[in-house]
Amino acid sequence: MTKKKELELTFEEAMEKLEGIVNILEDGDVPLEQAIEKYKEGMELAKICNEKLKNVEMQLTEILREDGEKESFVLEEE
Amino acid sequence: MMNEQMYLTVHALTKYIKRKFDRDPHLQDIYVKGEISNFKQHSSGHMYFTLKDDQSKILAVMFSTYNKKVLFKPENGMKVLLRGEISVYEPSGQYQIYVKEMQPDGIGELFLAYEQLKKKLEKEGIFHPDRKKEIPSFPSVIGVITSPTGAAIRDILTTIKRRYPLANVIIYPALVQGRQAAPSIVKAIEIANERKEADVLIVGRGGGSIEELWAFNEEIVARAIYASDIPIISAVGHETDTTIADFAADKRAATPTAAAELAVPHVEELMERVLNRKIRLMRVIKQKVYTEQKRYEKLVQSYAFRYPKKLYEEKVEQLDRTLERGKRAIGLLVQEKSERFHRWQERLYLRHPKDLLAQSKKEYDQMKKRLIRNMSEILKNKQKDFLHHISILENVSPLKIMEKGYSLVYKEKDQLVKSVKDVSKGDQVQLALSDGKLICEVLESKGENDG
Repeated sequence: MTKKKELELTFEEAMEKLEGIVNILEDGDVPLEQAIEKYKEGMELAKICNEKLKNVEMQLTEILREDGEKESFVLEEE
Repeated sequence: MMNEQMYLTVHALTKYIKRKFDRDPHLQDIYVKGEISNFKQHSSGHMYFTLKDDQSKILAVMFSTYNKKVLFKPENGMKVLLRGEISVYEPSGQYQIYVKEMQPDGIGELFLAYEQLKKKLEKEGIFHPDRKKEIPSFPSVIGVITSPTGAAIRDILTTIKRRYPLANVIIYPALVQGRQAAPSIVKAIEIANERKEADVLIVGRGGGSIEELWAFNEEIVARAIYASDIPIISAVGHETDTTIADFAADKRAATPTAAAELAVPHVEELMERVLNRKIRLMRVIKQKVYTEQKRYEKLVQSYAFRYPKKLYEEKVEQLDRTLERGKRAIGLLVQEKSERFHRWQERLYLRHPKDLLAQSKKEYDQMKKRLIRNMSEILKNKQKDFLHHISILENVSPLKIMEKGYSLVYKEKDQLVKSVKDVSKGDQVQLALSDGKLICEVLESKGENDG
């Protein structure tokens, strides 16, 4: 798997993959070389997840108008 | 005869009575309580029933324009409070109450309506746990169906922002209070499902009285929630009771803030989770390497690697032993076989045919001797017989007889002449004598009887 491809993953996908790898490895009999491959992949995924969580953009909040168009929504401060 | 004009038609009488009722101010706006029986709702929507207590009863009609406002469904045996007017139904001449308002007696109307709807939808399986959809773990878009101006939206947005800034929020505005609230909420749910933007929907509003929250107890809202393809978290800020919408939703939250918390994971929890997975990965790989190393070491330390010679020495020894055993076994076998052979050979010699041959030869010689002896005996006897027969034969031979003076007469061709008739005068005949022949001619033939 290329690094570029991994970067295109959503957080959810990356997290799911990471969980899957951890489970496979913990479940047991993976040959050493494969285990190391999986480990590398898992660490890469963990890094991606972490980055995604750290570098979040501002939350986008929109409201659906009567005409079916969306516009950004800002809470009115009291 | 009385005057005919004294008599009233039934219709006129009924009209008169009806007018009496209609003019009575007390009967025009009257409050009555009793128990419903014989309840029927016509396809037109009008309701007909009898209101009774333990002593009396009165017919009651509630036209659909009025009964539409009744939130609960009247049933037989139900105690109700009615408001209406009394009038006469002319075709039957019966007075009855024309009901304009109806409320359950004893319990609140809303409570009754709530209980009735809850029971109905429960029976249909709308609240069944099997029908609940799963809320996604990491939604990227969260749809919120509520009023854009209420406290609810503020709580939801701040909570999502605090917990999970990854998610975007789309607000599908809806009225959440008043008569239009229920259809408005239903429409918003439908729009959200058509647009398919959100991974999860939060439907709700802040707290309020049961009347203010009533839209969330309406059947159409419950059905819209049930029909939604997008999982729905209900968030009706209601302290004590659960709304029908809460029952129909895939997940229920007590407040909008709680709903937002259910909808999204906490970013810090996620970081912790990622860290936890990372640690587990490292641990598992460390363990794996350690295990493999131990295995390797154990192999290297093993007997075979330490004393490789031992590996084949043992085999060599084994081979030798086996060969030896083989040889021994073969020797034994040969010995046994040859012993058997000798035994049989001996037995065979014992039965050699030379004695039999000698005896047979002896028997043969004896037999031969006997045969020769017997044969010569038989031959001698036969010779003797033969000679005897010959002497007999000699005695009867014609030659012997002829020696005594007899002769034989032959005609030509050696035909013996036995009668005078066999020859004629002049025939030549031969006379055979013992010492030769005489050729003679018949001169005369004389028979015995001639002489």
